Amino acid sequence: MSTENLLKYSIVVLLLPILSFVINIFFGKKLKKASGVIGTSILMLSLVISIIIAFTKLSVYSGAKIIQTSAEWVNFGNVPGIGPLSIVVGIGIDNLSAIMLVVVTLISALVHLFSTEYMSGDPKYTRYFAYLGFFTFSMLGIVLTNNFFLMYVFWELVGISSYLLIGFWYEKRSASNAAKKAFLVNRVGDLGFWLGILILFVSYKSFSFDVIFENIKSGNLPFNSGFYLTLAGILVFCGAIGKSAQFPLHVWLPDAMEGPTPVSALIHAATMVAAGVYLVARVFVMFTADALTFIAYIGAITAFVAATIAITQNDIKKVLAYSTVSQLGYMIMALGVGAYTSGFFHLVTHAWFKAALFLGSGSVIHAMHHALHKAGDHHTDPQDIRNMGGLRKTMPITFITFLMCTFAISGVPFTSGFMSKDGILAGTLAFAHLSGHWLIPIIGFTAAGMTAFYMFRLVIITFTGKPKTTFAENTHESKLVMTLPLIVLAILSFWFFYSVNPFDASKGWFANWIKPPQTVVPAQYQWNFLTTKVSEEVASIDQTMEVEATKTVLEEEIHHNHTTAMILSLSVAGIGILLAFVFYFWKKVDVDALTEKIKPIYNFSLNKWYIDELYQSTIVNGTTAFSRLLGWFDNTIIDGAVNGVAAISKWFSFFSGKFDNVVIDGIVNLTAYGTGFIGLLFRKAQTGKVQTYLIIVLIGLVLLFYFVS
Amino acid sequence: MTVGLSHYLVISAILFSLGLFAILTRKNAIMVLMGIELVLNSANLNFVAFSRFGRMNLEGHIATIFVIILAAAEAAIALAIILNIYHNYFSVNVDEIDKLKE
Amino acid sequence: MFTILGLGPLTWITFLPIIGMIIILLIPKGKDELSLKKSNSTFRLITLLITGLQVVLAILIYLGYNNGLAGINTQDGMQFVEKVRWIEIPAMPWFGKVQIDYFVGIDGLSIPMVLLTAIICFVATFASFSIEKSVKGYFAMFLLLDTGMMGVFVALDFFLFYVFWELMLLPMYFLIGIWGGPRKEYAAIKFFLYTLFGSVFMLLVMLALYFSVVVVDPVTGEKVHTFNMLAMMNPANYQPGSILSGMNTYWRYVAYVALFIAFAIKVPIFPFHTWLPDAHVEAPTAISVILAGVLLKMGTYGMLRISFPMFPDAVLYFQYGLAFIGMVNIIYGALCAMGQHGIGKKDFKKLIAYSSVSHMGYVVLGMAALNTQGMIGAVFQMFNHGTITAMLFMIVGVIYERSHTRGLDEFGGLANKMPIYTGITTVAFFAALGLPGLSGFISEAFVFLGAFNTYPIITVFSGLGIILGAAYMLWTLQKIFFGNLPERWAGPWDPEKKKYPTDDIMPLELTAFVPLVILVIFLGIYPAPMINLMSASVNHLVDFIKTTGVMTAAGF
Repeated sequence: MSTENLLKYSIVVLLLPILSFVINIFFGKKLKKASGVIGTSILMLSLVISIIIAFTKLSVYSGAKIIQTSAEWVNFGNVPGIGPLSIVVGIGIDNLSAIMLVVVTLISALVHLFSTEYMSGDPKYTRYFAYLGFFTFSMLGIVLTNNFFLMYVFWELVGISSYLLIGFWYEKRSASNAAKKAFLVNRVGDLGFWLGILILFVSYKSFSFDVIFENIKSGNLPFNSGFYLTLAGILVFCGAIGKSAQFPLHVWLPDAMEGPTPVSALIHAATMVAAGVYLVARVFVMFTADALTFIAYIGAITAFVAATIAITQNDIKKVLAYSTVSQLGYMIMALGVGAYTSGFFHLVTHAWFKAALFLGSGSVIHAMHHALHKAGDHHTDPQDIRNMGGLRKTMPITFITFLMCTFAISGVPFTSGFMSKDGILAGTLAFAHLSGHWLIPIIGFTAAGMTAFYMFRLVIITFTGKPKTTFAENTHESKLVMTLPLIVLAILSFWFFYSVNPFDASKGWFANWIKPPQTVVPAQYQWNFLTTKVSEEVASIDQTMEVEATKTVLEEEIHHNHTTAMILSLSVAGIGILLAFVFYFWKKVDVDALTEKIKPIYNFSLNKWYIDELYQSTIVNGTTAFSRLLGWFDNTIIDGAVNGVAAISKWFSFFSGKFDNVVIDGIVNLTAYGTGFIGLLFRKAQTGKVQTYLIIVLIGLVLLFYFVS
Repeated sequence: MTVGLSHYLVISAILFSLGLFAILTRKNAIMVLMGIELVLNSANLNFVAFSRFGRMNLEGHIATIFVIILAAAEAAIALAIILNIYHNYFSVNVDEIDKLKE
Repeated sequence: MFTILGLGPLTWITFLPIIGMIIILLIPKGKDELSLKKSNSTFRLITLLITGLQVVLAILIYLGYNNGLAGINTQDGMQFVEKVRWIEIPAMPWFGKVQIDYFVGIDGLSIPMVLLTAIICFVATFASFSIEKSVKGYFAMFLLLDTGMMGVFVALDFFLFYVFWELMLLPMYFLIGIWGGPRKEYAAIKFFLYTLFGSVFMLLVMLALYFSVVVVDPVTGEKVHTFNMLAMMNPANYQPGSILSGMNTYWRYVAYVALFIAFAIKVPIFPFHTWLPDAHVEAPTAISVILAGVLLKMGTYGMLRISFPMFPDAVLYFQYGLAFIGMVNIIYGALCAMGQHGIGKKDFKKLIAYSSVSHMGYVVLGMAALNTQGMIGAVFQMFNHGTITAMLFMIVGVIYERSHTRGLDEFGGLANKMPIYTGITTVAFFAALGLPGLSGFISEAFVFLGAFNTYPIITVFSGLGIILGAAYMLWTLQKIFFGNLPERWAGPWDPEKKKYPTDDIMPLELTAFVPLVILVIFLGIYPAPMINLMSASVNHLVDFIKTTGVMTAAGF
C-alpha cells in the first residue's frame, strides 16, 4: 500500500463514523432497531481498515517518522507585515496515531455491539447510535490530525459529543446537570489550550506541529523567552487537564457517570479522557523542564487524590470513575517524568481493561436493573454495591472478565497493566534519582497500593459472598453481544500481546514501536538527562529488533531502576490486595467499627475532598451572583441613567414649554395688542368716504408743492 | 389774435377744475363719474394741443385715442359697479357708501 | 458588471423593495373578512417575491464579484460602481458649489453585508407571516426598511450613506411601535431617539469632513467640496487650514470620537447598549431578527468603512481603548445574559439580546486588533452573528407563538415534545457558543488569533467570554428543553386559558430555518468562500491604516 493510499484509507476511517451519524440522525425514525446494526457494522468496517492501516504503518513503513498530508483551508492573502498567510490543515499517521486508531475503533466497535443489547428498549435508541458515531468521528480526528488547529476543533467536538451522551437521559435533572458541568469544566481547560495555541501561532504563524517544533528546535522561542515556551506548554497541557480530568478539573468525570454505561466505557474510560494523555504525548517534544515538572506533579496529585476518594465510594460506577481519574493521573505523571513509552503504553492497556471493567459493570447494572424491574422496584439503586454480592454465581462470564481486568489494573504479574505500571514506577524512580523530586515516586507507589485495595474491595463486595438483596439473587448472565466484548477486552489484558517477557516490556515490540522522541527544547530550558545521550552496548539480546544506538540518560536510569521498581510495586500491590481480603473477604477487621473511628477522614474521602462543594460555593455561585448583580446594574443603573436623561429632558422641555407659552408668546401677543391699540386711535380718521380722501390727497399735494418749491 | 397754446391750456385747466369740483362735491355717484370724464377730456385737450404746438407730433393723437378708449371702458365698468352698488345699498349716494372705513 | 434595464445590480438590489412597497400600497386592502384575508396573503407573497428576487440578485452579485480587487479607498478597486450626479446647486453663498453624487459600489467589506441583508430579509419575511395586524402597512414598512439597510451597505457617498442611515430609522420606529409587545411605545421611542442622538454626531462630522475636503472637478477644473467617501480617505485632499486637516490634531480626535459614539450606539457598545434589550424584547420576531441580524452590523460596518480609513491616526491613537471596550462588551454582555436567569422576568428574548451585545464585542475586539486575522474575524463574525442571532430570535419566536410566554423557568422537557425544534436550537446555541464545525467558531477563533497578536492580556480576559457564553447557553438549553414537560403545555389548545399545544415546528417555520442552518454548518466547515471575498480588501485596509499612520509619524 502506498503512502497516499494509507492516508486515503485513514480519511475513510475518519469519515465512516460520521456517515453512521448522518444515517441515524436523519433516517432514525425509519430505521428503528436497524440503526444499532448499521452503526455497529460501520464501526466494524472502520476497525478493519484501521487494523490494516496500523499494520502497514508498523511493518511496511516502520522507518518513516510520520506520513502526512496537508491542504490549505483558509487563505488570508498577502497579509501586511507577514506576507502570504494561510491556515493549513492536514492529517498524519505515525506509530502513535496508528496504534491509537486501532484502540479507538476497536473499543468503539465493541461498545456499539454491547449497546445494541444494553440500550434496546430505549425510546431514543437511534439517536444514541448517532451520537456514538459522532463521538468516534471526533475522537479519530484528534488521533489523526497533524496540527493544533484541527486538534482544537476535534477537541471541542469530542467535548460536545460527550455533552450529548452524558445528558442522554436528559429527563433526569442530574444527567443534564452533569452534562453541563462536564462541558463547562472542559471549556475552562480548553480556554487554556486555546491560549497556548495562540501563543504558538502568534510566534510561528502556523498551527502545524512540524513547523512549530522545527522553529523551537532552531532556537526561535515564543517572544524570545524560555518562560513563554514553558507557559505555552503548560497552557496546552491545560487542555489535557480538562479532558483527562486532572486535578483540579477532575470534578466532571465522576458526574459524567450519569450517562449510559457503555458510553462511560467508551468515552469516560478508554478514549476521550485518554485524549489529554495523547495530546501530551503528541506535543511531548516541546515541553520544557519546568513544564514537565508541572505535568508530573499534576499527574501525581491527581493519582493520589482520586485513589483516596475511590476507596470509600459505594456506587460501582463511581469507584471505576475515580479509578479512571487516578490511572489517568498515572499516565500524565509518566509523561511528565519523561517515561514516554510507559505512559502511552499504560494508555493503551488501561483502555482495554478499563473499558472491560465499565462494560462489566454495565452488564451487572443491566442485570440488576432487569431484576429490579421484574420485582417492580424503582427505588433501589441498581448501581450500589451494597445491594449486590454473590454475583459470581449468577454472572460467571462477567465475573471472570471483571476479575481478569482487576488483576491488570492492580498490577498483578502476567497482565498488561503490570508491565505498563511497572514501567511508569521505574520512570518515576529514575526521575527522582536524577532530579531530586522524590515526592513523585512516593505518591506513585502509594497510589498503586491503594488501587489494588479498592479494586479488590469492589470485586469482593460485588461478586463474592452471599447476595445482600433478593434482586442480586435473581440476576442472570447477559446475552452474548454483551459478554463478547468483555471477553475480547479481557483477553487483550494478557501480557503476550505486547512483549514476550512478562516482566519487562522495554524489550517488547510495543516499546519498539513507541520510542521517546527527541526533545526540541533548547538545552538550557530542558532537563539535561533528556537531552544528553549515552551510548549503549548494542550487545542486545534480540538482534532482529532494531535498537537505537543511543539512549537518553533517563532511559538508562530507568533501565537501572527497573528491578527495584518491580519489587516495590509487587509488594505494594500485594499489600493492597491482602488488606482488601482481610477487610472484606475474611472480615478479620470490623470495617464499620473502623470507619466509625476515623469518621472525619472517611467523610472527607466519601465527600470527594469537598472539592465540588468548594467550587459550587466559590466559582459557580460567585459567577451567578455577579451576573445577577450586573443584570440588575444594567437594568437599574445604566438604563436608569438613560431613562434619567430622558426624564430630565422631559422636565426641561416641560419648563421650556411653559416659558414659551407665557413669556415668549406673551411678548408676541403684547406687541400685537400694542399695535392694535395704536391702530384704534388712528381709526377715527377713516371715514370711508372717497371724496374726503380725495380732498385730503389734494391738500397733501398742495402742501407738498408748497414745501418742495 | 391767433389762438396759441396758452389758450388751449387755460381752457383745459378750467375744464379740469370743473371736473375736479364735480368729483369732490357731487353726492350722486353718476355725477362723480361725469366729473372724471371732464378731467379726462381736459387731459385729451392738452395732448392734442401739445401735438399741434409742441414737439409731440403724432404721439399726442395716439395718446388721446387711447384715453378716449380707456374712458369708454372705464365708464362702462364704473357704471356696472354703480349698478351693483345700487343693488346692494339701494342708493348711489357716495356719502352713504362708507364700507371702506372698516 | 451586468445591467438590467440600464441600471446596475446594486441599484436594483437597493430599490427593488421600494418598487414592492409601491405595489403593496397600490393594492387596496380587503373590506370584509374574506377579501382581507386574500389581500393579506397577496401582500405576503409580494414581499416574499421581492426579497426572493433580492436573494437572486445577491447571488448574481456574488458570482460576478472579483475576489482580487481590494477597494477601500480607490474607485477602481470598487466593483459594480454606479456614479451619477444627484444633487447640484451652482454656488450658494458661503456654502460654495454643492455637488452630491449617487455613488454606490461594493468591496470586500460590504459584499458580506449585502449578502447577509438579502438573506436575513428573505428569512424575516417568513417570520413575518404570522403578523395579522394591518398587514399592508407592516409589509410596506418592512420593504422600506429593507431599502434603507441595503443602501447603507452599498453607498460610497457620505451624504447618500447618511440618507439611507436615517431612512431606515423611520420604518423601524413604526414596526416596533405598532406591531410590538406591551411596552412597544417606550421601546420604539427609546430606539428612535437614541439612534437619532448618534446620528447628530455623524451629521456634524460629515459636515466637518465636507468642508475640509477639496477635490478638483474633472470637468470644470475648479476646486469643489465633496461628500465622496473615497476622497475623504486621502489625506492629500484635506484643505490646509481646514478643521480636519493635518494629522493627530485635536479636532481629528474629537471627530473620531464623535463618529465612534454615533456608530457605538448602533453596535451597541457598552454603555450605549440599553436600547437594545428593550427594542428586542418588544419588537415582533421578524423585526428582532432584522434588528440583530443586520442593523447592529451597521455600527461596526460604519467604523470599518468610515472611521478607520478616514481617521487612521485617531484609530492608532485610540486602538487600545477600542480593544478594551470590545473586551468589556464581551464579558459584560455575557454576564448580563447569564443574569437573566436570575432576575426580572427571566426573559428568554432578553437573554438572547444580551448575548448579541457579547458577540458584537468580538467584532469590536477583532477590528481593534488592526491586523488581517482580527479584521477578517471581525467581518466574518458580523456575518455569522447575523445568521446565528437570526436563528436564535426565530427560536424564541417559535416558542412564544405557541405559549405566549418567554419565561425561562416556565418550560422544560421540550426536547421530547419538539425534537426537530430542539435539533435546530441545539445547532444555533452551539454555533453561538462557538463550537468548532459551526461558523461562529471560525470567526471567534480568527478574532482571537488577531487580537492576541496585538493585545495578549485583553485577549486572555476576553477568553472568559467563551466560558460564560457556554454557561448561559447550556443553562438555557437545560431549562427549556431538558427535564420534564410541565403539565400546562401538555394538553390541546384551550381557548379559555389561551394556551397552545407545544407542537413541533411547522413546515413554514422550518423553511425559514433551513437556509440559515445550512449556511452556519457549511461556513463552519469550509469558510474559504467567505474569507476569500474579503481578504483582499481587509489586507488593503490594514495596510492603508498602518501606512497612513506611519506617514503621520513622519510628519506628513
